[in-house]
Amino acid sequence: MAEEVKLFGACGSPFSSRIQVALKLKGISYEYIEEDLTNKSPLLLKYNPIHKKIPVLLHNGKSIVESLVILEYIDETWKANPILPEDPYDRATARFWAKYIDEKCVAAAGKAFWAKEKEREKAVEEAWDCLKTLEGALKDKKFAGGETLGLVDIAANFIAFWLRSFQEIFGVELLTEEKFPDLFKWSEEYVEHPIIKEYLPSRDELIVFLNKRLQNLK
Amino acid sequence: MEGKESEVVLIGTWASAFCKRVELALKLKGIPYEFVEEDLENKSELLLRNNPVHRKVPVLLHKGKAIPESLVILEYIDEYWTKAPRLLPDDPYQRAKIRFWANYHDEKIAQAITPIIFSEGKEREKVIEDFQQLLKVFEEGIERDFQGKSPFLHGGNLGFLDLVVGTYACNYQAFHDSIAVVFETEKNPQFFSWLMALKDHPRIKETLPPSDKLATKYKELFLPPYSKRIATIRERYLQSPKA
Repeated sequence: MAEEVKLFGACGSPFSSRIQVALKLKGISYEYIEEDLTNKSPLLLKYNPIHKKIPVLLHNGKSIVESLVILEYIDETWKANPILPEDPYDRATARFWAKYIDEKCVAAAGKAFWAKEKEREKAVEEAWDCLKTLEGALKDKKFAGGETLGLVDIAANFIAFWLRSFQEIFGVELLTEEKFPDLFKWSEEYVEHPIIKEYLPSRDELIVFLNKRLQNLK
Repeated sequence: MEGKESEVVLIGTWASAFCKRVELALKLKGIPYEFVEEDLENKSELLLRNNPVHRKVPVLLHKGKAIPESLVILEYIDEYWTKAPRLLPDDPYQRAKIRFWANYHDEKIAQAITPIIFSEGKEREKVIEDFQQLLKVFEEGIERDFQGKSPFLHGGNLGFLDLVVGTYACNYQAFHDSIAVVFETEKNPQFFSWLMALKDHPRIKETLPPSDKLATKYKELFLPPYSKRIATIRERYLQSPKA
């Protein structure tokens, strides 16, 4: 049976980029469908009726949503170049840090960027707490898998690229070399990784993406 | 001869559903463990050392290593002790759907209890409606995603979603007696019927805390005067932007 793999994504979305990286790592051919997030397609709404978000992976007609769930699905379905380690404890550690990035760091960074003037200081401090935790995790070798990209490396794309780009655009200093030297160094190397690099948006594309997000928030 | 290293220790509290789900998983797999009751108002060095990031329960200690976060722990248990019963099915698509709904339960449904606890009057009525709407989405989603083959009590066995939902929502009587009525058969007939069936399952029955004891605990925690810990949670909720 021919494999039919489609990915509904949006240029500029870190979550979408994660899936593209994983599919590339595994050497999986797929059709990419760009979604306009200000005008979501009927297909997207059909395949992700609950959250109505990208990314959505369609595999032989079956839809899988939520980037971390999709990454696990991809790893379990296509065995080449594993994203998750074999050892159960290492797997648990990877899941823990991937969740931490999404549930705490992405949320905290978002709050800091979009915060109103009077709430900004507190939001920035919370984001710094997250980055401090990641800096510690990095030192303990909990992520930055080296040559091979694992679940946490892929999930950390937000930190290495999007967070750093947004802080320039919004003028809010979060991940600085002075405060987080190891994390900063890691982020510089990260964005040079050939597979990661291929799926990073340009500055212009990022601005377009942000404007659409703003439109949706209004 | 098993050394100390292979001992399983669960740091938790008797009243926490997230801890109960881990206990239930260990019991189902027949894994002996030591339960260490934590005082959340006065967190132990053991907890803080083993979950420095979140400082929360449950934390599983196994072979000297710590695993926090209940959903991560459940997957660890299933992957380390691969003997039956399996908590997750083998098929990647089924696993993906179960993970999706476990996340939905914890991130949406369980989180929606906080506004109910800390609101009153008309506002409380509204957030209860919101909660019941989330349950409706859950009901419809399970129906659509599992198409009649309910993941609950599949073949009479307890699986991942049974543990996630059952240990949390089967405590509804205690919540109704102490805070507010939120699970109603007229509003969410399907969800309510799952709860009825789960509540009667012997392993769930023996694991859940007694309803009156839990109701007393909920009153202690969630009615004023609040402990410092609960006051902080309440403050954070009151300050957060409302939908």
